[in-house]
Amino acid sequence: MTAIPDHGRRIVAAVDAGARALGIRPGMTITKARSFAPELAVIDAQPDADFEGLRRLALWAGQRYSPIVAPDAPDGLWLDITGCAALFSTEAALLKDLHRRVAAFGVSVQIAVADTAGCAHAVARHVPAGRPVTIEPGDHRKAIALLPIAALRLEADIIEGLRKLGFERIEQLIGTPRGPLAKRFGRALHRRLDQALGHAPEPIEPIFAEHLPRARRGFIEPIATPEAFAQVIGDLVGDAVEQLGPVGKGARRLDCYFHRVDGQTQVIRVGTAAPSRDPKHLSKLLSAKIETVEPGLGIEAMTLVVSLIEPMAARQGESLESLGKRGPDLAALVDALANRFGARNLHRLAPQASIMPERSAAMSPALDTVRGAGWDDDLPRPARMLARPEPIEVIALLPDDAPRLFVWRGKRFRVTHGDGPERLHGEWWRDAGVEGEQPFTVRDYYQVETVSGGRYWLFRAGDGENPSTGSMRWFIHGAFA
Amino acid sequence: MRESVVLQNLRAQIAQIEGVGVRHSVLPFGVDAIDQRLPGGGLAAGALHEVAGSPDLADDASATIFLAGVLARIDGPVFWCLRWRDLFAPALHLAGLHADRVIYVEAGSDANVMLAMEECLRHPGLGGVVGEIGKYSTTASKRLQLAAEGSGVAAFVFRRASKVEQSVEGTAAVTRWRITASPSEDLGIPSLGRPRWQVALERVRGGNPHAWIVEGCDATGRLGLSSALVDRPAAAEDRQVAA
Repeated sequence: MTAIPDHGRRIVAAVDAGARALGIRPGMTITKARSFAPELAVIDAQPDADFEGLRRLALWAGQRYSPIVAPDAPDGLWLDITGCAALFSTEAALLKDLHRRVAAFGVSVQIAVADTAGCAHAVARHVPAGRPVTIEPGDHRKAIALLPIAALRLEADIIEGLRKLGFERIEQLIGTPRGPLAKRFGRALHRRLDQALGHAPEPIEPIFAEHLPRARRGFIEPIATPEAFAQVIGDLVGDAVEQLGPVGKGARRLDCYFHRVDGQTQVIRVGTAAPSRDPKHLSKLLSAKIETVEPGLGIEAMTLVVSLIEPMAARQGESLESLGKRGPDLAALVDALANRFGARNLHRLAPQASIMPERSAAMSPALDTVRGAGWDDDLPRPARMLARPEPIEVIALLPDDAPRLFVWRGKRFRVTHGDGPERLHGEWWRDAGVEGEQPFTVRDYYQVETVSGGRYWLFRAGDGENPSTGSMRWFIHGAFA
Repeated sequence: MRESVVLQNLRAQIAQIEGVGVRHSVLPFGVDAIDQRLPGGGLAAGALHEVAGSPDLADDASATIFLAGVLARIDGPVFWCLRWRDLFAPALHLAGLHADRVIYVEAGSDANVMLAMEECLRHPGLGGVVGEIGKYSTTASKRLQLAAEGSGVAAFVFRRASKVEQSVEGTAAVTRWRITASPSEDLGIPSLGRPRWQVALERVRGGNPHAWIVEGCDATGRLGLSSALVDRPAAAEDRQVAA
């Protein structure tokens, strides 16, 4: 529990979960709190240090989740996650990750997502769900109606005054004529209500770390055309690259903020696979995303922040090199594809030491060099492998012979030739994949050729003696050339 | 004399229209019987080629390795744009297309595979670009052909699970191949011999369709054509001539 001085007495500033369970709330006097629990540990609050911590948390979240992040003193954090969920595949996954990581810092956290900042603010503070709460699009009015009026971010005396008039929940405020209330409590009351309901804009002013290179352009006349944006992006990138060169850094990620006339901020974010200082390349990556910006009534300023920088050696002999034959500009192509399809959908397949064929190729980033011993040149491996082996019906003459006939997806395949078995023992020390269900799994693989010449990869699960090695059933796992 | 100049100009114009005039280089198969059927003596780089197997997975597997063999003999990085996740990289390695040369793009849909291919084809210096798709339109094929002509990169559209009797709509591809598995040589023992494919050149701009039975790629991506096999298509052709 922390305490702050207030008019000559000390009041509670913040409480932990234990104190909250005892009934202690922020705003009580320390004397009253002590009456609940005499052995209470009280520390002096340090609002400045708290805010600094919040700012650091905001910068961290800005790197990881969304370019538009702002601290909301004393205890909140704004994140505009519009369009950011793709990095985590779903919004729920993003929230789960955020919740888990912030909780791991030792901070108790409550997350809410909603159409409007005001609604998210209210739900996060007044719905103690213990897990991230998502208010579905369009439901913010319903969600906020049931919350107490304190959820509207109003001055304490306004809340007190409303209570005296019999207002408890926000739905009562929504249904009451505005004139008399506004006369009595001022415009702040309905401004907060409108922000929560989405009738009034509430822009989030994002914060940036000071050490990051950035460039800004303000416009006398607002601009709104893609061509104008592309022009400005070119200028901004030029400015930013000039700051990167002397310090020996290259850009790995760029955030371009579009400040709209109505106070809203939109952002496009692009990443590169390798640090770059090539203005043409970086401008091209940003320009490819211009279509996602909604200019509204116009953009009055643009800011470019290089939000991720990495050391990059100065290039030597650029002019000489470009005279000779240079390889293709792989980094540029990989960036263009990664920003379009997502970096995780762009990869190499590198050899990985594993007995199970489905694990013998591992994904690695597209610009990594492939290391390792390479695959075995002698073992036959199929060109097309089914994601999961599919069960088949077989007829074999002898138990350990290749099948003479098999039925797969309702089609009969008569076998003329067969090779095998190639016995593979599962990696019993793993707890995922096949071995998760059957640690001592054994597969006998056969390569067979059918009457028409098609070649398939079949296996029988189990070694035929010990039932724990497999069911003795047959599966098809792929097709050879 | 004047007449021949006129004819030459006309030929050049036709070549220009057909896109033959901007041919970059040629990738021979290294098998004379096939190369002499192709204008220029091989697959044209800077052009679009279509490869298909059949709805049978083994035929698609053969077509995959046929492609890997072609790409193994070209220098430069290869982009392989996918819709399905059933490609098994060790098999490409066995055909000579090694892991350090291939970058996979999981584009997710036919339309995205087309976009990814077009983006790749705008970058000169690549070895080749492969796109696995189900269906695509004539317009899309024209765009790819133009992009390939511009950069000089060989483009391959791999039509997955393509039915043999499928009515053939016009595309801008310079060649169209269909690879199907064929029974291998009987070694007299239960074991498998070297795989055999029927390689059918269904369409070629400036040439005639033809089909061969070949032996599958070796470790450097080269097709085999044993003497016993060479005779068969040649004999068939003789019969055609006689008739």
